[in-house]
Amino acid sequence: MRKVIRKVFWAWDFDKEEAWLNEMASRGLALVAVDFCKYEFEECAPNEYGIQLELLDNIVSSEESRNYISFVEETGAECVGTWIRWVYFRKKKDGGEFKLFSDKDSLIAHLQRIIIFIAVLGIANLPIGLLNVMLGINTLIEENVVVPNIYLGIFNLVIGIAALAGVSRLTRKKKKLEAERQISE
Amino acid sequence: MGNIALTEAVYYILLSLTDALHGYGIMQNVEKLSNGRVKLAAGTLYGAINTLLDKGWIKALDNGADSRKKLYIITNSGMCALNEEIERLEELVLNGRRIIKTENKPVEISLKKPEREV
Repeated sequence: MRKVIRKVFWAWDFDKEEAWLNEMASRGLALVAVDFCKYEFEECAPNEYGIQLELLDNIVSSEESRNYISFVEETGAECVGTWIRWVYFRKKKDGGEFKLFSDKDSLIAHLQRIIIFIAVLGIANLPIGLLNVMLGINTLIEENVVVPNIYLGIFNLVIGIAALAGVSRLTRKKKKLEAERQISE
Repeated sequence: MGNIALTEAVYYILLSLTDALHGYGIMQNVEKLSNGRVKLAAGTLYGAINTLLDKGWIKALDNGADSRKKLYIITNSGMCALNEEIERLEELVLNGRRIIKTENKPVEISLKKPEREV
């Protein structure tokens, strides 16, 4: 029996998304497919699978990414879904934890990749939003007409501010790892 | 090559690649070598392999048909780096043993201030 759950996670909450998917697996629902805001699960033994999310360097269809995904699959993991540059892996735990990164350097590098990704896509909404809102207010004052720019602008601003908060949370997480990296791998 | 301290992952990868192995083989070998202590994760291993290829410390063997399952092996410069690292590690252990002169006994640390001779 498959179960579909629709849920929204922001890109900067990828770690919360991963934790939720692992919690589902621990309750006996293993991820089998991913689509936009849609997660498909199948029944499994509780705690049978571990789930890991990764933002790749390149889009999933690129040769580099395909090489990487097949490399990870050779180690017994399964790619259950992809989304632009995101990839979802699951692997039977068999006693051990499933992790994609086993040292701080690679964890830091992954966080850095996500921070840049969000900074570019998310924070770019701020100036666009500001421009749209100003344009909207201007038309409202001069012509007494409400143009859609104002709503679009507010939407941009909300996303931009949320992205900014996300980036700052991930940056703190990265800094903490970097501090620990000073004394251990 | 100078004073490069290798990471634990890189050290064990180089050590494993004195025989030709593919990615999963490296993971299994490292786990076996370290009695289950070091478990290399796939993402970390992949990154390390690419860095080592760029540095020329390891190379991919051309194994024809099954090109996806690449085999890797250590190069001469990788061997040099490994030997230098072993010397460095020996120094670390030697100094550790010399100063902490206990093998399995718990270390007794005196927290008293040394009395000054007058």
